[in-house]
Amino acid sequence: MRAKDERSAAAAAGRLGQDLGVIVAEATTVEPTRRDFLYITTAAMGAVGAGAVAWPLISQMSPDASTLALASTEVDLSALAEGSSMTVKWRGKPVFVRHRTKKEIEEAAATPIAQLPDPQADAQRVKKPEFLVVIGVCTHLGCVPLGQQGDYHGWFCPCHGSHYDTSGRIRKGPAPKNLEVPSYSFIADTKIKIG
Amino acid sequence: MSGPSTYVPKSAIGRWFESRLPIMGLIHSSFVVYPTPRNLNYFWTFGGILSLMLGLQIITGIVLVMHYTPHVDYAFASVEHIMRDVNWGWLIRYAHANGASMFFIAVYIHMLRGLYYGSYKAPREVLWILGVIIFLLMMATAFMGYVLPWGQMSFWGATVITNLFSAIPLVGDAITIWLWGGYSVDNPTLNRFFSLHYLLPFMIAGVVILHVWALHVTGQNNPTGVEVKDVKRDTLPFTPYATVKDGFAMVVFLAFFSWFIFYVPNYLGHADNYIPANPLVTPPHIVPEWYFLPFYAILRAIPDKLGGVIAMFGAIAVLAFLPWLDTSRVRSAAFRPVYRVFFWVFVICCIGLGYLGAMPAEGGYVIASQILTFYYFAFFLLVMPLLGLFETPKPLPASIADSVLMRGGGGSAMATGAASAPETK
Repeated sequence: MRAKDERSAAAAAGRLGQDLGVIVAEATTVEPTRRDFLYITTAAMGAVGAGAVAWPLISQMSPDASTLALASTEVDLSALAEGSSMTVKWRGKPVFVRHRTKKEIEEAAATPIAQLPDPQADAQRVKKPEFLVVIGVCTHLGCVPLGQQGDYHGWFCPCHGSHYDTSGRIRKGPAPKNLEVPSYSFIADTKIKIG
Repeated sequence: MSGPSTYVPKSAIGRWFESRLPIMGLIHSSFVVYPTPRNLNYFWTFGGILSLMLGLQIITGIVLVMHYTPHVDYAFASVEHIMRDVNWGWLIRYAHANGASMFFIAVYIHMLRGLYYGSYKAPREVLWILGVIIFLLMMATAFMGYVLPWGQMSFWGATVITNLFSAIPLVGDAITIWLWGGYSVDNPTLNRFFSLHYLLPFMIAGVVILHVWALHVTGQNNPTGVEVKDVKRDTLPFTPYATVKDGFAMVVFLAFFSWFIFYVPNYLGHADNYIPANPLVTPPHIVPEWYFLPFYAILRAIPDKLGGVIAMFGAIAVLAFLPWLDTSRVRSAAFRPVYRVFFWVFVICCIGLGYLGAMPAEGGYVIASQILTFYYFAFFLLVMPLLGLFETPKPLPASIADSVLMRGGGGSAMATGAASAPETK
């Protein structure tokens, strides 16, 4: 009986509050506001704590220090004759280094950029035109393309039929992008450092 | 349907235990007196077969882990070690590898049963969605298990499937590197796949418990799709009727399974997986295991990378929405003459997609995949919603008991009496 009286009194106060505005509202809701504050701060701290616990569990799956330590490779190109290629392993992936022929360089340079699905000039993809360095992973679903095959005399991916040209640019097939050029630099005339 | 337990312990110890933990009562009400529709056919035995297969996969898997080494340098050799050196290792590994295929054969029959008899319709939506979740977990488990032997198909299958995530705009590449724990599929990837391959079957077991729980709340569907109206006339107790029938079906299924283990243990696998993984050479023709082929065909049917990935995952996700896509008020295809035709075309379409998934992605195969992919989605998104509005179903039997008795041709009074209460005979 008493509880019912209190509820109806509170309801009446609420109606009053609507009529009289802020002053009455403050007077009748002091207790809930403080409780709400505690709920919100507790929940916020709980969320921060849960995030702090979850982060190491998520982050542990990222590449670890030993994987990152393998991030650069030096390659000597002096033995690589014109018209031949080599494959080196970098970050667990194959990297194609091709000593391109005059014809291949001309073909790559002469391609109108407007025709390309992923437009990029050959000059932007090489440091020295005779050496093409690309990651040998098809940009579709990660297979290793086969060299000097396909409709554009570059690479052909056997998995889902993507054709790349002599600059490693995608020309035909489901792959969305050109073969990626890794970051590398010439540390001598015929020596590069990948990564 | 599952009323309060009627279980009465016979011994004093039983009564003492039951009043503290009523687990025997739970088993009794779930698997002994639980009422099953009396007209269930053999397609209803695949739930039990699937539980059996899950148990067998967990047992053979736990044993294999005692001999397997999850490391890129040793994984392939340790699998050969199991095959040649470990006592009965060849049997246990062949049982596990073929067991995965049997599991998928059973689950596809189980799912098509649900699709044919409308088992996903109200009030069984949650039951059906739990099943879709189990199917997804099964696919993840099977995929990761196939990676563990670290053969060429393991490695390149893992590469292609993890690369699907790189199709996600903006964050795709970061997610892929996070999944790999490196810049390509390598030792960290193998280790985490091994960890998850061990975990997921127990998660499947957990969802199976929810699936069975939901089943026992709504009760089983049945070939007529008519709900149980009178428990006494329409149902039979689970034990002995369903237990014996399920047990017989399991034995037949195990005979089929044994034929694969003992006569053609490598028929369902791919020869390239007996070549150790080589990150620098992709096999000329990558194919997933047979049970993924229809989805792989859908992936390759779409010429765009992101579009293909969305279509492939969409082909599974669409199943979860079936209870609301199907507008028909009649459950069972036995009373839906038009739906039945579309259903069988759908089954042929899935088999066709499976065939195309194994073929190279070129020329006519791609066009055929695109046509079948269109039908796959049209079946769910066009046929199911529209057919419910236009189709005239056949008249339904008044009850499950009536459907059973009328099929017998009316029979004599004695036959009718025997059929309506065979447990009292």
